[in-house]
Amino acid sequence: MRPALVTVFWLAVWQVVSVAVDQEIFLVSPVGVVVRLAELVGTTDFWGTVGHSLVRIAAGFLAAALVGALAATLAAASSVVDALLSPLVTAVRSTPVVSFIILVLVWAGSSRLAFVISFLMVVPIMFTTVREGIRHRDAGLLDVARVFRVPLLRRLPAIDVPAVLPFFIAGCQVGIGLAWKSGIAAEVIGLPQGSIGEQLYQAKIFLSTADLFAWTVVIVAVSYTFERVVLLLLRRFERQLALGGAA
Amino acid sequence: MITLRGVTKRFGDQVVLDGLDLDLADGGATAVMGANGSGKTTLGRLLLGLAAPDAGTVTVPAGLRRAAVFQEDRLCEQLTAVGNVRLVLDRSVRARAVHDELRRVGLDHDSLAKPVRDLSGGQRRRVVLVRGLMAEADLVVLDEPFTGLDVDAKVLALEYVRERCAGRTTLLITHDVADATFLGARVVRLGAAPRSGADGSEWAPPAQAAREAAPPSPHAPPLTTGNVT
Repeated sequence: MRPALVTVFWLAVWQVVSVAVDQEIFLVSPVGVVVRLAELVGTTDFWGTVGHSLVRIAAGFLAAALVGALAATLAAASSVVDALLSPLVTAVRSTPVVSFIILVLVWAGSSRLAFVISFLMVVPIMFTTVREGIRHRDAGLLDVARVFRVPLLRRLPAIDVPAVLPFFIAGCQVGIGLAWKSGIAAEVIGLPQGSIGEQLYQAKIFLSTADLFAWTVVIVAVSYTFERVVLLLLRRFERQLALGGAA
Repeated sequence: MITLRGVTKRFGDQVVLDGLDLDLADGGATAVMGANGSGKTTLGRLLLGLAAPDAGTVTVPAGLRRAAVFQEDRLCEQLTAVGNVRLVLDRSVRARAVHDELRRVGLDHDSLAKPVRDLSGGQRRRVVLVRGLMAEADLVVLDEPFTGLDVDAKVLALEYVRERCAGRTTLLITHDVADATFLGARVVRLGAAPRSGADGSEWAPPAQAAREAAPPSPHAPPLTTGNVT
């Protein structure tokens, strides 16, 4: 069945159920959400709010990708570093996100909250996946590099990065979704001014399911677009690596 | 001169090389033959510096430059043939020279433009040969280099190897004595590796029998046999 037809089917189910419930407060109809969304998009505050959350969550994710990959490289190179970092990563991964949210609110305030929380949630994923990628490099190719004394700067784009990149991309796919979910959850609790999380909180206070659904659609759309852009850039980079070696 | 003295290599309980003594004269070719598991590839890895002996010594000249044609292709799949060869070469070697060398061993123009993952087994093998033999090296280890080549391609490859290995210390690991003869190599046979007995009992490792199977070439010194344990 075509994805578009599946979408139309579930939207129709939603519409029928909302008509049957007949209570906008409990379940707004899809048409109601689209109308509310159209109203929101027309305001200048809407774009400022989206930009506020986007910048912080995207920055948190990108910083986590960078730090996680660097830490994984060090851990793969040194068993001492690995022994030191692994329990730390496990601890961060196992700790409930709300504990971090409250801790960050106490330590850093609400303005940096979404950045720090999305960073903390993504770092363990990137660390683990990239370290796996480094460990799964082709030992035979590494022997070739060693025998022929291939310089590191030539080895990296030819052998190491192509082996690790699929793991890095997989980590990004999981990490971006998590960064948005945890980042917005942190905003709902910490209520940084002008954030999407604040808007969701307002929707709860005023029992506006139309606002709640409209902002949820916005979060899904922005998260999806961000993921597409990051993956597009990474796949382009992957192709460039192959072409660069063709000369 | 490359010298191995009393070299022993184990993998777990299995003794693969047992007190092996071997000399490789500068510029000479040596062919190593023996049954599967007799330690031929392990010997190659020791000479390439990819493994260390559990006992004994491997002495090589300071600054020895090594090159290898491994038993497996070990190619960067996303790169072209030229990209794979240039990866191991000095940057001063032009792509054109690599291109010409690959054409010499029978690769056509179209196949040179593709990533090696799209090449046939025989084409890939020829890329591996050129990679191993174009690199500047004092010691070349060829581990079953002609595997997967058809008769015509093997003839080209043998000629290419003979020309490229002339004057370089070469270790050829092979099951085919004709290859060794064609390359004028001194033949050394390694003893069989220990195996579990049919009744499940462990055999005592037999003595490492590195035996000369052909008269030594004028360049090669006589070979001493391994220690008998």
